[in-house]
Amino acid sequence: MKLESKIPAGPLAEKWARHKFSLKLVNPANKRKYEIIVVGTGLAGASAAASLAELGYNVKAFCFQDSPRRAHSIAAQGGINAAKNYQNDGDSVFRLFYDTIKGGDYRAREANVHRLAEVSVNIIDQCVAQGVPFAREYGGTLANRSFGGAQVSRTFYARGQTGQQLLLGAYSALSRQVANGKVKLYPRTEMLDLVVEGGKARGIITRNLITGKIESHSAHAVLLCTGGYGNVFYLSTNAMGSNVTAAWRAHKKGALFGNPCFTQIHPTCIPVSGHYQSKLTLMSESLRNDGRVWAPKSKEDAVRIQKGEIKPTDLAEDARDYFLERRYPAFGNLVPRDVASRNAKYVCDEGRGVSKTGLAVYLDFADAIKRDGRKTIEAKYGNLFEMYEKITGENPYELPMMIYPAVHYTMGGLWVDYNLMTTIPGLYALGEANFSDHGANRLGASALMQGLADGYFVIPYTVGDYLATIGPADKIPVDSPAFKEAEQKVHAQVNQLLSIKGERPVDDLHKELGHIMWEYCGMSRTAEGLKLAKQKIQALKKEFWTNVKVLGDSEEMNQALEQAARVADFIELGELMVDDALNREESCGGHFREEHQTPDGEALRDDENFAYVAAWEYQGENQPELLNKEILEFENVKLTQRSYK
Amino acid sequence: MKINLKVWRQKNNNTAGKLVDYQLDNVSEDMSFLEMFDVLNDSLTRKGEDPVTFDHDCREGICGMCSMYINGRAHGPQTGATTCQLHMRSFNDGDTIVVEPWRARAFPVIKDLMVDRSAFDRIIQSGGYVSVNTGSARDANEILIPRTVADEAMDAAACIGCGACVAACKNASAMLFVSAKVSQLAILPQGHSEHKERAERMVAQMDAEGFGACSFTGACSVECPKSISLDHIARMNREYLGAKLSSENVQG
Amino acid sequence: MAWVTQTLSSSLGRKVIMSLTGLFLSTFLIVHMAGNLQLFKGDGGRAFNEYTYFMTHNPVIMTVSYLLYTSILVHALMAFVLTRHNQASRPVKYAYSKPEANSDWSSRNMGILGTILLLFIIIHMRTFWYEMHFGSVPMAEYDGKQYKNLYAVVQVAFGEWWYVLLYVVCMGALGYHLAHGFQSGFQSLGVRHKKYTPLIEALGKYFFAIIIPLAFAAMPIYVFLQVHHII
Repeated sequence: MKLESKIPAGPLAEKWARHKFSLKLVNPANKRKYEIIVVGTGLAGASAAASLAELGYNVKAFCFQDSPRRAHSIAAQGGINAAKNYQNDGDSVFRLFYDTIKGGDYRAREANVHRLAEVSVNIIDQCVAQGVPFAREYGGTLANRSFGGAQVSRTFYARGQTGQQLLLGAYSALSRQVANGKVKLYPRTEMLDLVVEGGKARGIITRNLITGKIESHSAHAVLLCTGGYGNVFYLSTNAMGSNVTAAWRAHKKGALFGNPCFTQIHPTCIPVSGHYQSKLTLMSESLRNDGRVWAPKSKEDAVRIQKGEIKPTDLAEDARDYFLERRYPAFGNLVPRDVASRNAKYVCDEGRGVSKTGLAVYLDFADAIKRDGRKTIEAKYGNLFEMYEKITGENPYELPMMIYPAVHYTMGGLWVDYNLMTTIPGLYALGEANFSDHGANRLGASALMQGLADGYFVIPYTVGDYLATIGPADKIPVDSPAFKEAEQKVHAQVNQLLSIKGERPVDDLHKELGHIMWEYCGMSRTAEGLKLAKQKIQALKKEFWTNVKVLGDSEEMNQALEQAARVADFIELGELMVDDALNREESCGGHFREEHQTPDGEALRDDENFAYVAAWEYQGENQPELLNKEILEFENVKLTQRSYK
Repeated sequence: MKINLKVWRQKNNNTAGKLVDYQLDNVSEDMSFLEMFDVLNDSLTRKGEDPVTFDHDCREGICGMCSMYINGRAHGPQTGATTCQLHMRSFNDGDTIVVEPWRARAFPVIKDLMVDRSAFDRIIQSGGYVSVNTGSARDANEILIPRTVADEAMDAAACIGCGACVAACKNASAMLFVSAKVSQLAILPQGHSEHKERAERMVAQMDAEGFGACSFTGACSVECPKSISLDHIARMNREYLGAKLSSENVQG
Repeated sequence: MAWVTQTLSSSLGRKVIMSLTGLFLSTFLIVHMAGNLQLFKGDGGRAFNEYTYFMTHNPVIMTVSYLLYTSILVHALMAFVLTRHNQASRPVKYAYSKPEANSDWSSRNMGILGTILLLFIIIHMRTFWYEMHFGSVPMAEYDGKQYKNLYAVVQVAFGEWWYVLLYVVCMGALGYHLAHGFQSGFQSLGVRHKKYTPLIEALGKYFFAIIIPLAFAAMPIYVFLQVHHII
């Protein structure tokens, strides 16, 4: 397949403006003749649905949660970047663009990232106008903080609940359009298939999660705003319901999947406490501003701590290894997420990890408390310390916190062109669901920015171009064969899942998949391990389809059934991630191949051979997928090695 | 530890439900309350019994999806926390724990511990927004909002819409939820231009959904995972009465 | 006028009616208590009877008294309507509930307390108000002027130990009712302020919930002790 990225011509800073002018417009009176389906109501979905409805399109918005307000964007804590330069500290659109491209280890498109940086300033304006209570200075201007090691203060925030506030803003705009009758909401409804006919996306098949009813919805365009697939690892910071099903089923209908192996592992999460663990909780990265990361120097001490024989505070200063400060004297504890995560893993692999499981390192505030006083630390991190204590039952003012990396974000996703359109005309992917703007590693406070940029300021322009091209008549009814066939398939899958009547609950199989992915396709990957993982996943797939146990009926609320369908897709995705990781014979950003590292253990990129987006094309059940490459061209930045020494 | 559970089981909204006893023998005190339910469901599934349906999603106290009435209290014995943030170390070995769904006319049971809270969405739809279209905003710093004002608005905006206020209220009143939004937007200059209609419409919708009236017992605020203050209820009362007296809407 | 009926029948409007009538009744209590302090004068009831005469003959007071009766009725009726509505808002009750963990007993039992008070008011009015207006009250003469000797009625009524006990218990109910009701009335009107709310709360808790009921309870006890020559 020939991938057309549709990057507009012209100088970088003018591309988006020129492109907007070249896009076709839909006559205001004609907009009401179009139907648009938006799947997912997080930042990307809610903002897109609201903005499109405001323009006059008829929108149907779907979410599996009981309310659009609960989409997982809500859990983002830290903040949202914007190149406002309110702090007069040298920020600019170009600097935000540059930082994002570099932070992504040069695996993202220049044009997309620049557009993201451009519209970032509009996002803040929009959100403030909606009543988002961003933090303010005493004089009334907006406050900013520096985040994730950025050299400028460009992060806007609302306490530790920025994602929540931005989502509630978008949700309120969406609610207004529901009241206006321009958006019809379908909560507790899950998309189970995409309908493609005549080479275009025509609508979706859904399951009403309360009644179990399978339904068809037809539209002129379908927007997938369904988030990331971190739950392929079972344990992640994602919400329990976050899943890849909508994106994956679109993939199986012809949408290419870009860079599936690019996952971000966040270093400061609360460690796993036992086999029953259902999810991991992230604590803001800002903790590393004052906390010092360490592990015992000797394995013996670590073992004694694991057994509970000694406390970390019993360990003398010279028995501790502040490994980040030791290895990265310049950045110390503030190295990027991927570097911090990988080093914690190495320490634990050496047997020097702490906690009962041996899978944790310390984040110690003792020095900060001694230096600044407990009050200051409490003012900065009080809510995080409280959260930590709630979960672990330990007081972080007295004992060092324990942290361990956890899967947090997936940079990969459906391949989209500059218009956010997938390889299926009429099908778009927004936010975390697409692969586009973060390359191989996402910077802190950039996910919220991208979700809202796509929804508020990109899709309203680009979808219009497509709609104007096809015209209002180009839509098929829900009783046409394409819909009926897709409905049949969904019915068949649901019935199949219920009829296996095996031995193992869905979660059990999901956990096994998670173990495989974490072990072989997690923070650090090898060709050998990935090959083994592929075998294991294939075996697991077989096991799943012969031995899964889903009780109950299809015509009722059945959470195990919902989960089973999602896990089935995760298993297939897992295999593709492994293929992608195996194919990418380099280390970049969150993708670290042990074979490709510098002599001192840092990621070694291969720009010569891998400066491309790997876009995978589905070839049919149990067939290897076909690799398509979109070569990335860098005209405005110079590719350099990231160094944090 | 050993835990005895009495869990509300109800097949759907049309059938009657009852409390069913379960026993779990190997509960770790580090488990979250919902993980304890995962363990229960795993064992029920293996035994061929229907697992317990309950709402949950983020499991970190922010999405507002989880909603259990545990031992007579919304979200259980901890204050300032959701069910998913509750851990088994809050209980003792051998405890009996009664788990019921939120009870309110406006929150009908869907299945077991899962209820329908779409009434909250309809209340927000009735006016919980600022009417501003995408693209028409002016520079974010043009209107100055003093920090104390922004902080107060944020206190109200922190609401996660879980419905614990309704569940805990003896009248199943939604006043804390509704007032949090009315108050947030009334405090901020951006919300000011529509503040009268907003208060009128949101209160009318709240009543239409069948929530009770406010007796000011304060239970809502105590059980609220975000500890939202009763101040906001007073502000909504003020907003509503002011709107009713001064708006030109004679139809009501 | 649709907006008026609509406002007053909304849940907030009903609470405003409760609040206005309740706060009015609270202020009445001050007047009622102040007047009845004449009972402690130890002058054989003269001051009390003169006060009674004034209260039943002054046109302003008489007008206000009708407002008062209406307030009692409206307050009770609205409470009934609200309680019904509130109960209907939770058709299925919890099997196990622990409300004491999150709220005061009095705030949750205003209906019961109010019912006790309503019954008390009926008994109280039957004993004194009805007798005064329609019963056969002995007369007393001060400075050549005839007065209905309500003091004598008081002495008879409060001479009974069970009647005194009833009063004392009901004044307990009044204390609890006002402990929550007074400050809550301001909340319903939206009066809440960092500076003034603590004052309102203190006024409710100490003056209305303790001093007023104590003063009222002291009256039957004092009269009982006097009638039985204990003091």
